[in-house]
Amino acid sequence: MSLRIVVCVKYVPDATGDRKFADDLTVDREDVDGLLSELDEYAVEQALQIAEEADDAEVTVLTVGPEDARDALRKALSMGADKAVHVDDESIHGSDVMATSLVLAKAIEKTGYDLVIAGMASTDGTMGVLPAILAERLGVPQVTLLSEVKVEGGPNGTVTGRRDGDTASEQLEASLPAVVSVTDQSGEARYPSFKGIMAAKKKPVEELELDDLDIDEDEVGLAGSWTAVDSADERPARTAGTIVKDEGEGGKQLAEYLASQKFI
Amino acid sequence: MAEILVYVDHVDGAVRKPTLELLTLARRLGEPVAVALGNGAADTAAVLAEHGAVKVLTADAPEFAEYLVVPKVEALQAAYEAVSPAAVLVPSSAENKEIAARLAVRIGSGIITDAVDLEAGDEGPVATQSAFAASFTTKSRVSKGTPVITVKPNSAPVEAAPAAGAVEALAVSFSEKAHGTKVTSRTAREATGRPELTEAAIVVSGGRGVNGAENFAIIEALADSLGAAVGASRAAVDAGWYPHSNQVGQTGKSVSPQLYIAAGISGAIQHRAGMQTSKTIVAINKDAEAPIFDLVDYGVVGDLFDVVPVLTQEVQARKG
Ligand SMILES: Cc1cc2nc3c(=O)[nH]c(=O)nc-3n(C[C@H](O)[C@H](O)[C@H](O)COP(=O)(O)OP(=O)(O)OC[C@H]3O[C@@H](n4cnc5c(N)ncnc54)[C@H](O)[C@@H]3O)c2cc1C
Ligand SMILES: Nc1ncnc2c1ncn2[C@@H]1O[C@H](COP(=O)(O)O)[C@@H](O)[C@H]1O
Repeated sequence: MSLRIVVCVKYVPDATGDRKFADDLTVDREDVDGLLSELDEYAVEQALQIAEEADDAEVTVLTVGPEDARDALRKALSMGADKAVHVDDESIHGSDVMATSLVLAKAIEKTGYDLVIAGMASTDGTMGVLPAILAERLGVPQVTLLSEVKVEGGPNGTVTGRRDGDTASEQLEASLPAVVSVTDQSGEARYPSFKGIMAAKKKPVEELELDDLDIDEDEVGLAGSWTAVDSADERPARTAGTIVKDEGEGGKQLAEYLASQKFI
Repeated sequence: MAEILVYVDHVDGAVRKPTLELLTLARRLGEPVAVALGNGAADTAAVLAEHGAVKVLTADAPEFAEYLVVPKVEALQAAYEAVSPAAVLVPSSAENKEIAARLAVRIGSGIITDAVDLEAGDEGPVATQSAFAASFTTKSRVSKGTPVITVKPNSAPVEAAPAAGAVEALAVSFSEKAHGTKVTSRTAREATGRPELTEAAIVVSGGRGVNGAENFAIIEALADSLGAAVGASRAAVDAGWYPHSNQVGQTGKSVSPQLYIAAGISGAIQHRAGMQTSKTIVAINKDAEAPIFDLVDYGVVGDLFDVVPVLTQEVQARKG
């Protein structure tokens, strides 16, 4: 039996762009170019490596996002994923993590999976909790924040990995099906090859809407979210600091400053 | 008065500072009831009582150490059901955020992560958060269920506020789910004797400009003279000069100290994401155009190998 891997990838505004909030206080996705979250490239990479190690495997990349999120799927397909699923529905706009995770969980179940792989955090929302929530919703083990991951034994096998925590480094083990997330320490992601880019154009992208997933409109979007943003204000620019050029006195001047601020 | 459930972060009974900060915030919302789990849980009571915990619910079981996350979720859920609190507050850390998130799903509540401030509001607690590498400040609320909110370290002062802190054993029975992910081995990180990066009042970080693992001794010497924690940019970590556990930034630790000193760090957006909320920022960089200078309160354009050792000497001399 083939090992079915579903990779969750998010389409995010480029972090080096001038990111803003839209009038409805959702992330503005119009004015800044979007891309496949860099942190999800690591998830795609580990999925491809696990698939290469397995006798028989299929990698599906999944995104919940607007029409443009297709770009993120194309990138993942050109890296080597086999097929893609895109959940795009007007009503999803403004969904918080609870609503988004509901859609992802339903889409994962519909697609069929033995292993779900996500990134450690999205680069726009930066919550880092969605993989844990998916495990809770799907009712399968959570093996998250791995800097090393290995899968053995096919669809009924096990996943093991190393999780470098706050106070300790832990070795984890769970049986499949499971939800995994990987960190940026898990190994550099490959660049799509020219061949990969050409091949990606022919790979299937399945488009899904809420109806296909038996989700009601009022379970998602701004109205279906369980949190509300009341205001978003640009942080006032820091007042320009004092900048000195070191001409032999830089260290002393800095000490003087730190003393004036009572740090020493 | 409404009770506020506060999840305790501790190491074998030693309560970590962010939990005490959380008690300060919890007291703005109601009466803090603390939940401490695992080895040494009962030893946390005295210090929690000193800082305002009216009750301390404790539970210990081998499951907390032997399986990942879920046993703690189930214990926190048991505490939630026993107390029916008005909010659940959790100190932000990678693991604690996962615990909070799974609890939120189970109790049908919304979750807010990485708040930097909390106030009581007409419709429940209002959380302040930083967004987009701290270029925006947002205010949000949980609009469904009992608010579950994780709060970053250094978001509030630690305040003495003596309360009863009565210890009560929490009854927890684990479901099959709790045994899903086994921790097969654990290697504790070596203690450095320096303050914990996320909790430190002062952080001194080195970047690619430090140019070698051996040169980090210069950064450490400055840190030690100030009683500071040591941080590193991803470039320095990727080069193998300093451990990943010290990385500051989007994929490392997020810090918000009183004073942040960046030496040989350019100030890329992903680095800024982890330090931009520091109160005072100082940089030493030989490139006057480095973006880090846009953030600084005080900057020295110069070679860190000249500036840092002199600064260390001056600090030592002044501290006498
Ligand atoms: C998804 C993603 C996540 C990331 N996460 C993080 C993260 O968590 N943390 C992080 O830090 N980065 C992160 N990065 C990387 C980030 O983009 C930068 O590449 C990194 O921060 C650069 O580190 P640096 O400033 O040390 O190096 P550089 O950008 O190379 O800067 C080195 C600086 O040192 C100065 N210098 C050199 N020699 C000297 C000297 N002798 N004296 C004084 N100054 C000197 C130079 O002028 C230069 O400004 C991430 C990137 C991505 C894509
Ligand atoms: N809209 C989305 N579509 C697909 N995957 C997502 C989406 N949002 C989050 N994820 C996945 O969940 C991970 C953690 O996201 P977060 O908890 O939002 O920081 C990301 O790295 C992605 O793998």
